[in-house]
Amino acid sequence: MADAEFDLIVIGGGPGGYVAAIRAAQLGMKTALVEREHLGGICLNWGCIPTKALLRSSEVWHLMQNLSDFGMSADNIKFDISAVVSRSRDVAKQLSGGIGHLLKKNKVTVVNGAGKLDGAGKVVVDGDKTMTAKNVIVATGARARSLPGLEADGDRVWTYREAMVPKVMPKSLLVVGSGAIGVEFASFYNDLGADVTIVEIMDRVLPVEDAEISAMARKSFEKQGMRILTEAKVAELERGKSGVKATVETEDGVETIEAEYVIMAVGIIGNTEDVGLDTTKVEVDRDHIKTNEWNETAEPGVYAIGDVTGPPWLAHKASHEGVICVEKIAGLEGLHPMDKSKIPGCTYARPQVASVGMTEAAAKDAGHEIKVGKFPFMGNGKAIALGDPEGMVKTVFDAKTGELLGAHMIGAEVTELIQGYVVAQTLETTEAELMHTVFPHPTLSEMMHESVLDAYGRAIHF
Amino acid sequence: MATNILMPALSPTMTDGKLARWLVKVGDSVRSGDVIAEIETDKATMEVEAVDEGQVAQLLVDEGAEGVAVNAVIAVLAEDGEDVGDVETPEAAKSSSDSTEDAAPAPAEKETASAPAAKQDQGDVKATPLAKRIADQSGVSLSGVSGSGPGGKIMKADVLGASGDIATSAAAVDKGDRVFASPLARRLAAENDLPIEKVPGTGPNGRIIKADIERVLKEGLPAEAKAAAKADAPKAAASSASTDDYELIPHTSMRKTIARRLTESKQQVPHFYLTVDCEIDELLRVRKEINARAPEGVKVSVNDFVIKAIAAALRRVPDANSSWTEEGIRRFNMVDVSVAVAIPGGLITPVVRDADKKGLAAISADMQDLAKRARDGKLKPDEYSGGTISVSNLGMFGIKQFDAVINPPQGAILAVGAGEQRPVVKDGQLAIATIMSCTISCDHRVVDGALGAELLQAFKNVIEFPAAMLL
Repeated sequence: MADAEFDLIVIGGGPGGYVAAIRAAQLGMKTALVEREHLGGICLNWGCIPTKALLRSSEVWHLMQNLSDFGMSADNIKFDISAVVSRSRDVAKQLSGGIGHLLKKNKVTVVNGAGKLDGAGKVVVDGDKTMTAKNVIVATGARARSLPGLEADGDRVWTYREAMVPKVMPKSLLVVGSGAIGVEFASFYNDLGADVTIVEIMDRVLPVEDAEISAMARKSFEKQGMRILTEAKVAELERGKSGVKATVETEDGVETIEAEYVIMAVGIIGNTEDVGLDTTKVEVDRDHIKTNEWNETAEPGVYAIGDVTGPPWLAHKASHEGVICVEKIAGLEGLHPMDKSKIPGCTYARPQVASVGMTEAAAKDAGHEIKVGKFPFMGNGKAIALGDPEGMVKTVFDAKTGELLGAHMIGAEVTELIQGYVVAQTLETTEAELMHTVFPHPTLSEMMHESVLDAYGRAIHF
Repeated sequence: MATNILMPALSPTMTDGKLARWLVKVGDSVRSGDVIAEIETDKATMEVEAVDEGQVAQLLVDEGAEGVAVNAVIAVLAEDGEDVGDVETPEAAKSSSDSTEDAAPAPAEKETASAPAAKQDQGDVKATPLAKRIADQSGVSLSGVSGSGPGGKIMKADVLGASGDIATSAAAVDKGDRVFASPLARRLAAENDLPIEKVPGTGPNGRIIKADIERVLKEGLPAEAKAAAKADAPKAAASSASTDDYELIPHTSMRKTIARRLTESKQQVPHFYLTVDCEIDELLRVRKEINARAPEGVKVSVNDFVIKAIAAALRRVPDANSSWTEEGIRRFNMVDVSVAVAIPGGLITPVVRDADKKGLAAISADMQDLAKRARDGKLKPDEYSGGTISVSNLGMFGIKQFDAVINPPQGAILAVGAGEQRPVVKDGQLAIATIMSCTISCDHRVVDGALGAELLQAFKNVIEFPAAMLL
């Protein structure tokens, strides 16, 4: 395409970039989106979406393994890992195409290629096409972090990328890191029958979650047959032809763990290279672009959103930042920066984990006098009917103001429930409004009500 | 189609009230939310807001009219484009249309208290079908009902609230428009005694959110919207919410009324001031004698003499017993003296009726009763409105002399200082006399300088020779 002038150029077509581009177009900006690989970014192509497709397969498989619980039986049940993978790829493909339509509909100019800043206000694509714009948003995302000596090789040592498209079903698997990504893959492969070991350097799995939720998740994973080593560190990986020998340092000493494959899930780093940041005043700190609360970088007219700006590395955080950033550029009034304390997080392992706001410990550390409510899945009719009576809904309130400081859930479908609390937080409801809200029966959501009631000593069903 | 404006009920027990003041006149265009009148009750002066747009076709109740029945039609709005003259006077309102301030108003009869249940033009107001039906049946204009449903949709309960008892909407009028705030913001405001309606909201559509309360608690309330808009305005310079440095006391209705009426008075009434020194040794002597011989329980104060004296003076200078109106000067036939009484949170002016005709004992008894009930907040509206002159006495604080602000629509106010012994020259000799300096503030539109002087002279003659009160 020829040289062109735009109001806004977005580099990166992931959930941050494409949402920012559409919002900008809605606000009347002439907008271009530069994407080097595929619209929808990692989230849609190699992250959130295809893993949900995989996990759906493993969930169905898990149910099939337990048909007798539901009064059913079947013979000769099996799965084909390549068919499971191909379903996952089809889902991603379908959605990526959808993004293309949305951008077209909103008259966003999509430029395929690697965009690179050449000073503020100028973006060069693939080294030859020059585009200019008063404002540029960098939304280049992130990639898996690799540790020295433990680098993924795509053969026996995988990142999320290879883990998502296995050619054969691993018999044994070592997952390094127990954040959302590690735990989801561990859960997927464990349900499909692999022997899974998780090694986590912190003292608990899902370390960002509430300690009580982490403990319940660990108990559940171990009950399902996973082996979990916490406060443990993989010191060395010996890559062989048929597998990997990992030297793991634990509190109890050094242990050797053998596995056919290893998934490295030890965090991610921002894609700050090859974006031409060195031609600007944009500052990079520990692999992430530094921004203020409005996503402005140190270079006027250059903004950064999403994973490239640092944690939490979540698609919905990127999208929301993109919208606010664009609205700020457009000069809309009454804007507030995103409140990072109210970004929900979801982990789609079995059991699912979902949370928003402060953990119990964080609330105490912040000096809040708190009231904590808990309600177990065991006390909920729908959970028992579903055959999923394990889990808990936990709520943390400020005892003085009734502000809902945090909500933490583990169990079936909690990822679909959490947004109820997120809405409540955003609307700044107190315990009073939540108590006065009618929750439909029979649903898992009733536990959200009961948890609030429990925080004030009023739970009915437990 | 014309819209009737009804006398609102300001409290659940209110059956009638006084229309204190019109803020619009016939022919004025009003918009929804404009304050059109003030209604007085025993507790407060409340503002009546227009709920429809239109032109004032008729004001059916005169200013100062008392005993106006709740739900009586007090004014009629013509819709834009409608000829104001064509609007018919609603039957229910005619009975109260003759009342004036100086003639005791004929209270609207109870039988006609409720407005005719005319079918209202409900237009395309957002309301549930049930709400619309109830509104039609009860003659409630939906445009005046604030909806509590989704998107402000008017629900059945809103209409019932508006038709059965206007108290709900009157309360809203008193508090200003509906405040949009998050529950958490409301609770935080309540805990910190912050008037939430004064907090600028920055949430969606100006909703007040937690961050706004926290900001105001930290930085103080903006002096006014203008100051808030000025980004570089010094933080919390002019005014502030309660902080370590200040306590912010929210305005009461009384405070608002005092502020508005006296500001208006000072801005619109051309005040001039006349001061005279009165020798009150004779008065003090007479007072002592009277009190010594008075029946048990009667104790006449200097202020009672002042009330009696100014009433007698007005009787002698009747032109000064007047009040300005646009149509003409009202010269009153009665002499009713309003007396400023300090009460918690402000002041109130109970009226000693026919003070010129009453004896000192009667005035004294009136004053004791009125002052006590004023402090208890138990005065009826007709007991603190409608005086023809005011007296404000700060002598008990040792104030030598001061100038008072006229209490509209009255034509004058007498400010009374302390009676104190001062050196005076009598027949070329220095002597000691008890002098009380009195200053009268006059509305020059009604009372010219000479007339004011004549009144003050008459007052001096009476107060210095109390026997003249007998004349």
